[in-house]
Amino acid sequence: MAFESLSDKLQQTFKTLRGKGRLTEEDVRLAMKDVRMALLEADVNYSVVKDFTSRIREQAVGSDVMNGLNPAQSVIKLVKDELVELLGGEQAELVFQPGKSLTVIMMCGLQGSGKTTTAVKIAGKLREKGKKSLLAAGDVYRPAAIDQLKINAEKLGVDVFSMGTEVSPVDIAEKAVEEAKKGEYNVLIIDTAGRLQIDDRMMEELQEIKKRIVVHQTLLAIDAMTGQEAVNVASEFDKRIGVDALVITKLDSDTRGGAVLSVRAVTGKPVVYAGTGEKLDAIELFYPDRMADRILGMGDVLSLIEKAERNIDIDEDTGRSMVSRMKKGRLNYNDYLLSMQQMKGMGGLKSILGLMPGLGTKQLTEAADQVDDRELARTEAIILSMTEAERDNPKLMNPSRKRRIAAGAGLDIAEVNRFIKKFEQGQKFMKQMPGMLRGHGNNPFGF
Amino acid sequence: MGLFDRIKAGLQKTRQAVADGLGDVFIGEGDIDEDFYERLEETLIRSDMGAEASERIIDKLRDQVPENHLRRRKDAKKFLIKDITGEMQNAPDAFDFEKERSVVFVTGVNGVGKTTFCGKLAYKLTREGKKVILAAADTYRAGAAEQLSLWAERAGCDLVQGNPGADPSSVIYDAANAAMSRNADILICDTAGRLENRRNLMEELKKMDRVIDKVMPGVRRENLLVLDAVTGQNAVSQAKGFAGVTDLTGIVLTKLDGTPKGGIAVAIESELKVPVKYIGTGEQKEDLERFDAETFVKAMFADDTSEEVSEDDW
Ligand SMILES: Nc1nc2c(ncn2[C@@H]2O[C@H](COP(=O)(O)OP(=O)(O)O)[C@@H](O)[C@H]2O)c(=O)[nH]1
Ligand SMILES: [Mg+2]
Repeated sequence: MAFESLSDKLQQTFKTLRGKGRLTEEDVRLAMKDVRMALLEADVNYSVVKDFTSRIREQAVGSDVMNGLNPAQSVIKLVKDELVELLGGEQAELVFQPGKSLTVIMMCGLQGSGKTTTAVKIAGKLREKGKKSLLAAGDVYRPAAIDQLKINAEKLGVDVFSMGTEVSPVDIAEKAVEEAKKGEYNVLIIDTAGRLQIDDRMMEELQEIKKRIVVHQTLLAIDAMTGQEAVNVASEFDKRIGVDALVITKLDSDTRGGAVLSVRAVTGKPVVYAGTGEKLDAIELFYPDRMADRILGMGDVLSLIEKAERNIDIDEDTGRSMVSRMKKGRLNYNDYLLSMQQMKGMGGLKSILGLMPGLGTKQLTEAADQVDDRELARTEAIILSMTEAERDNPKLMNPSRKRRIAAGAGLDIAEVNRFIKKFEQGQKFMKQMPGMLRGHGNNPFGF
Repeated sequence: MGLFDRIKAGLQKTRQAVADGLGDVFIGEGDIDEDFYERLEETLIRSDMGAEASERIIDKLRDQVPENHLRRRKDAKKFLIKDITGEMQNAPDAFDFEKERSVVFVTGVNGVGKTTFCGKLAYKLTREGKKVILAAADTYRAGAAEQLSLWAERAGCDLVQGNPGADPSSVIYDAANAAMSRNADILICDTAGRLENRRNLMEELKKMDRVIDKVMPGVRRENLLVLDAVTGQNAVSQAKGFAGVTDLTGIVLTKLDGTPKGGIAVAIESELKVPVKYIGTGEQKEDLERFDAETFVKAMFADDTSEEVSEDDW
């Protein structure tokens, strides 16, 4: 999918606005278009996106561009902070009954959302905390669901209470509580069959369980890959049976996971665990901060940006005129030299290229990683052997000039030719921006 | 009940619960204005069609409106249905494999409904008089073989399985040989769920794929990817990932009884050109339907008041 990460798009949107001190309504409107698209492509629910962007718009208009950041980065930061807030801010954890008394947890969710696996994983996790859990096999519908629970529980050495498939889940739950009390377990985790939130009969079953026994924590399992429907699923489950906390499953997939944001936003319930694999220990606490980055598709973009910002010392004007020459494919050897020298101090070329449309952070990092220091030194020698006029106007280059430059740099003429050819190709390449550069691992200069 | 009615009934159930039927955007005598386009965009995005595909479809409609002198919202509906149907395809030979000797190879991520689909398909084909063999090549998930064997019982067909933890390719190998020696019409291979970003697991799938070709050379292949209809844009990445290891011939969209959406089918078809072939509409053995693009799209946009959208030609 032709989806660039949000930060890249925002950089693009804002490149013309660089150097502004204050965000105008128009800046923010433009930025919010990108944010909106990014969130929608990440599967954040339509209404949630709508509320979110309008809230950010209000906050952002007229606010100062944050110190050291350009407008695009300022907006990203605002968006990110707000997302983290929406995702719950702090880490949340399951709430237990005081002391050693029994805490009853009930799993619920759609078919295939990962309840059974999660139930076992949680029991394993709680054991690390010194809590003894009993698992109740309440999925009497799906063929072999009880086998699955038993086999997995056995792997972790966790006890299972089962009455087969001929008894109603309500009765199973009731008996399981008795059993858990008798056996002095600290936690009872009831696995239930997957069900659709619109299936009245099946939803009533869960209500019935909660009438018959005291459930302290009802956990809703949500597949991280869920689309727009996540909101309806979560709010229906909450409305009908009452949900206390969420578990996000299959976060090891490469979905952006906007569903997490949606369900969190509509239910206001905390996310207590995240499942990150099929192995029974693949369960983690949930980190709202990482999730926000993931939804925006920016990885550790902010820190990269910040690093680059600290290192760059090209002044604003030089940078801008360089970019404008770059776009026309009229970069000269001085520009090349400058960016190369900065490259050594890290972040230089990256930052300049970062102003270019369509160049992603990933490509930048890759490009920077490809740089060979020795080659850089040779290139520097070549440029320094040019006259001022040659550096300013690459068109002046001819065979006799090249010979002179090679001698000056102490290099073979072939090496000079190769560099100049690369440089010229880079120029051509840049003229075809932004389309060409996108997805291309090499930087335009090819070093 | 015909397919259309079944989908529609399912959707109506959903709609009562969530009150945001996709057809609602066309209700009323309103004109086609900006408000309409905005609501239409919302509708399409809510169906999981994806922001990009939605934009493309709306842009097309924006061109068609003046060209065809459309004014009323309900007039736009026909065009929209046609446009979206046009993004999908119905190959006339889509189900030929059911009539021939063939191997159905079923893949997908965890929990989407692969095993259930294999069971339902086995049931359908057995009932139609075919000799079917189910291969339980999910040797990884606890209880997976037991689950499929219960389905084999329901369907009344043979099952080939291996020991838990065995190499799934060895199960496939045995099953393929059994299919040859027992002269089965159709071999249906269930596989373990795997995320498409797990390289080694995808390699494992490739190996199974090769084993089938080796033991049953020249036998018709039907490689189906199962997708949960509730999945968002990640479904596209799933489809791409699996298409990279087996030559996908079709998509199975499950759990459509729970969602009025399934717009993801449109996104996938237009991006990968792999047709949806079956839809799952419940957990019972009969809850499997052949997919028909037009029926599906019409049902998606069906609302209780519209007349022109009915089960006319099927
Ligand atoms: N409502 C509904 N549930 C389904 C459908 N297909 C499968 N399921 C359920 O989804 C869950 C996961 O199915 P399963 O076949 O085990 O998935 P697998 O892990 O891909 O093999 C089970 O509880 C199935 O009963 C469907 O079409 N509708
Ligand atoms: Mg399975």
